[in-house]
Amino acid sequence: MTDNAGYVPTNLQAAVNWAQKYSLFTYPFATACCAMEFMSTMGGRYDIARFGAEFPRFTPRQADLLLVVGTITERQAPILRRVYDQMVEPKWVMAFGVCASTGGFYQNYTVMPGCDQVIPVDIYVPGCPPRPEQVLDGLMALQRRIQDHRGHAQVELGNTAQISMKDRRHLPVHQDGTSMGLSKDERMPKDGKVL
Amino acid sequence: MSKRALDIVAGKAPEAILETASYLGDEMALVERSRILEVLQLCKDDPELDFRMLTDLTVVDWLGTDPRFEVVYLLYSLQHKHRLRLKVAVPEDDPVIDSATSLWMAANWAEREAWDLYGIKFRGHPDLRRILMYDEFVGHPLRKDYPQNGRQPLLRRPDATPTDDETTRLLETSHDRRVE
Repeated sequence: MTDNAGYVPTNLQAAVNWAQKYSLFTYPFATACCAMEFMSTMGGRYDIARFGAEFPRFTPRQADLLLVVGTITERQAPILRRVYDQMVEPKWVMAFGVCASTGGFYQNYTVMPGCDQVIPVDIYVPGCPPRPEQVLDGLMALQRRIQDHRGHAQVELGNTAQISMKDRRHLPVHQDGTSMGLSKDERMPKDGKVL
Repeated sequence: MSKRALDIVAGKAPEAILETASYLGDEMALVERSRILEVLQLCKDDPELDFRMLTDLTVVDWLGTDPRFEVVYLLYSLQHKHRLRLKVAVPEDDPVIDSATSLWMAANWAEREAWDLYGIKFRGHPDLRRILMYDEFVGHPLRKDYPQNGRQPLLRRPDATPTDDETTRLLETSHDRRVE
């Protein structure tokens, strides 16, 4: 390539990835106090717009980055799952704060131990709540994943060796192709009783 | 200050009040279960008492004692600015009490919450169903004998990472419930 060529040779996928990582449309699923720190991240001082992710869409159908901001209860899990299912591919998920990552300090009957129990998560940002710098660091890590054309973290942990790089992003969440929905009898404890 | 309110209640319904107590400005009356509605009506309608506001209605679970439950009514008078706490003992094998929804609309959701989390049934409630937990939930989670980690998932990915629930169940006999 000469200095005055006027074009950059690349492959199409790299260009698409580059475009995608700098135009993440976020859907903030904000349920708890982490939302305050999310506002700070959105605001002028930390300014998530510098990374091209400044435009929250309040419908999941127009978003490609789901931010799970706050505690997810067992009762909310089907709602979160439904929001995730409504998003179009390709899509990514960030667990914002320890509650969304692991359930945080809640260890009881009502809080789900991490939103990865129902949806695949790409980036976990710890903190209670996380500082905006941590969120931006997590976002940049996610952008590196997108540029490298790597799919969901939890998919990659499975046996994906035989699957080509090209197909990875379009994988269903389960390697065996099973559905995410649970049948009625799978939703309850074995004999239907805890007491 | 609220001692006067307690004296009026005790004076007008002496046979319904089993016990009274006054401690640090908090006045309490233990009411017989079958007569609670009558006492509440008196508290609301008597011009000297005038408890127009039901601040809260909640339950205490004294596991291991008999009767096991205690339904607590927190009353407040907007006009006289005094408060009163009424308690009713409810046994475990017959956890039924009259609903206060006919007197205060505020009792509606409070009684639903008490039913949801403690399993107290309120006779005459117009719509007694769960309010915080989901309909599929079994049991009443704020009872002291409900397991701490008794999660009843509505939804799980089949490949979700296992939680520590199983570990906690194994540790249930141990005093140390932390998961190492």
